Amino acid sequence: MSLLEIKNLHASINGKEILKGVDLTINKGEVHAIMGPNGNGKSTLASIIAGRDTFDVTQGEILYEGKNLFELSVEQRAAEGIFLGFQYPVEIPGVSIANFMKTAINEQRKYKGLDPMPSMEFMKLMEKQKKIVDLDTKLASRSVNEGFSGGEKKKNEIFQMAMLHPRLSILDETDSGLDIDALRVVASGVNALRSPEVSTILITHYQRLLDYIVPDFVHVLFEGKIVRTGPRELALELEEKGYEWLR
Amino acid sequence: MDNFKKAIRPKEEDFEDFSCHLTQLKTYRIHQYNGFFFERNDNEVLLDKNIIICSIRSAMENHKSIFNSTKNLQPLSSDEDGLFIYIPRNTTLDTPLQILNVIKTFEPLKIEAKTLIIVGENSHLKLIYCDDTVNDNLSKTESKISVVLEKDSSLEYYKMENINNLSSIFTDSNFVLDTNCELKTFWLSINGGDIKNKLSVALDGQYARADLNGLYMVDRDQVVDNQVSVSHNQPNCHSNQLYKGILDDSAKAQFKGHIYVSQNAPYTEAIQNNRNILLTDKAVVNTQPFLEIYNDDVKCAHGATIGQLDQGAMFYMRSRGISERSAKMLLMFAFCTEILSKASIEELVDTLQDIIKRRLHGELSSCENCVLLCSTPCGTSDVDFI
Repeated sequence: MSLLEIKNLHASINGKEILKGVDLTINKGEVHAIMGPNGNGKSTLASIIAGRDTFDVTQGEILYEGKNLFELSVEQRAAEGIFLGFQYPVEIPGVSIANFMKTAINEQRKYKGLDPMPSMEFMKLMEKQKKIVDLDTKLASRSVNEGFSGGEKKKNEIFQMAMLHPRLSILDETDSGLDIDALRVVASGVNALRSPEVSTILITHYQRLLDYIVPDFVHVLFEGKIVRTGPRELALELEEKGYEWLR
Repeated sequence: MDNFKKAIRPKEEDFEDFSCHLTQLKTYRIHQYNGFFFERNDNEVLLDKNIIICSIRSAMENHKSIFNSTKNLQPLSSDEDGLFIYIPRNTTLDTPLQILNVIKTFEPLKIEAKTLIIVGENSHLKLIYCDDTVNDNLSKTESKISVVLEKDSSLEYYKMENINNLSSIFTDSNFVLDTNCELKTFWLSINGGDIKNKLSVALDGQYARADLNGLYMVDRDQVVDNQVSVSHNQPNCHSNQLYKGILDDSAKAQFKGHIYVSQNAPYTEAIQNNRNILLTDKAVVNTQPFLEIYNDDVKCAHGATIGQLDQGAMFYMRSRGISERSAKMLLMFAFCTEILSKASIEELVDTLQDIIKRRLHGELSSCENCVLLCSTPCGTSDVDFI
């Protein structure tokens, strides 16, 4: 069984159709890159999978491990293993990263019928996963994303992913706004978490991210549809020719 | 409506020592019962430091010189009585004083409390003032507090209001600051049917600083009204007002913030902020800044917001697996605790955070005993706050 199956997905916002019949299947352990020009539905697709309710799904379905994803709340999807790395991570003044993560982990555990994680175990996990993305130790006691630089915010997304070890990670333009060093750190974080049990969707504009995280498939989302799917080399071709030739 | 009986002084033998189980925090406790000051055994540390705690009447008889030598003191009428606290000059009290006004009645009762506090030159005091109803009967409290800070002194003042839903409290507080004085207030309206706080601060000496923080948490048909007024009467003074509120159900809140800058007060810095979260469509906030400025060389800013919880933050938290309810709790708690960020008594901050949590969980609608009982960790909650 596929991990995620998107079938003929149509979605609109304020009556404007953004997704016009997306089909996509993702199996366990695969890394898929979704590329395409701005405003063609990449982030909309990511948001719909994570459960944001600002979009109206007008047609089609998404199955996650065979279950209808639309019947799960945002937090249930997270507990079932879906993680969205935000393009614009949200600042939450007054809530420390440590508290945020502890609450998230324990609520996910509660959903699965598990007891809360013992504090010591949690602290050890934090220490371990901070290293993956080279996250400053002091950041953990600070409020979530408050006053973080662009690079720190994106590192924090990957750190959270490492803490929650999802089965499907959707990274929405995690590379945007990163300098090359930060990009390397983020990419090596993602690679460190890669396993046959973990699937990843990378949403990106640039093929340079794919130099660091090598995808199994590249898809082009153009005018609300996936118009082309190919191997890693497709990204190079896109870089060279742009998107217009796909029209 | 006016079948309220005026409170009379409870008999000495009726006085119960309402022990306040503020376990982590040591305070010197001063008792008021239905607004009447009850003299207890004097503490040796306080005696050693020549701190005077007595009734206003006995102070007027026995310590006339204080009244004659303290400037900025409003004249008292001869029939006034209440609680008198005097901190002599050059005195630093590390342990906070705590005034515990316990309200207990079996019939509708009108209570009047008066407190006069003088902090002498170069003295430093922390004071916690709690008003608590200990049963569910109707009462109406009018509380007047006058505080005089002599030059180079400081006061950190915590006001806790936790009264039952039938009861009302009206506090009229006046602070006068002389040169280089520092005042920090933390005004916490935790619960009450009708709460009205009038706070006036006069900056009457150069380089005086006032940092006024307030938090109100109201639900059902509760009403809370804060009127804060700061007068900059001398140059180089700073003031900051930060009042925040969370309103649920059909609760109503009003905030009026007045900043007055006299012609004689150049180099004034005055900031005012009032921020509100409305959890329902029926909750109402009226917020009204009022700046009256008669000098050109000043920095003044004011702001007011009324909004809902940040939906972007809600989605972000839920996308990590945090339930909607817990996400709300975390956001509301974070919103509230900003008020306490400048408080220096760490153990008290912990306790106040517990109280805020319990209030957010709806566990504190009516207190059966002193609010400070609830210093136990919040074990029953779904959200484990750090």
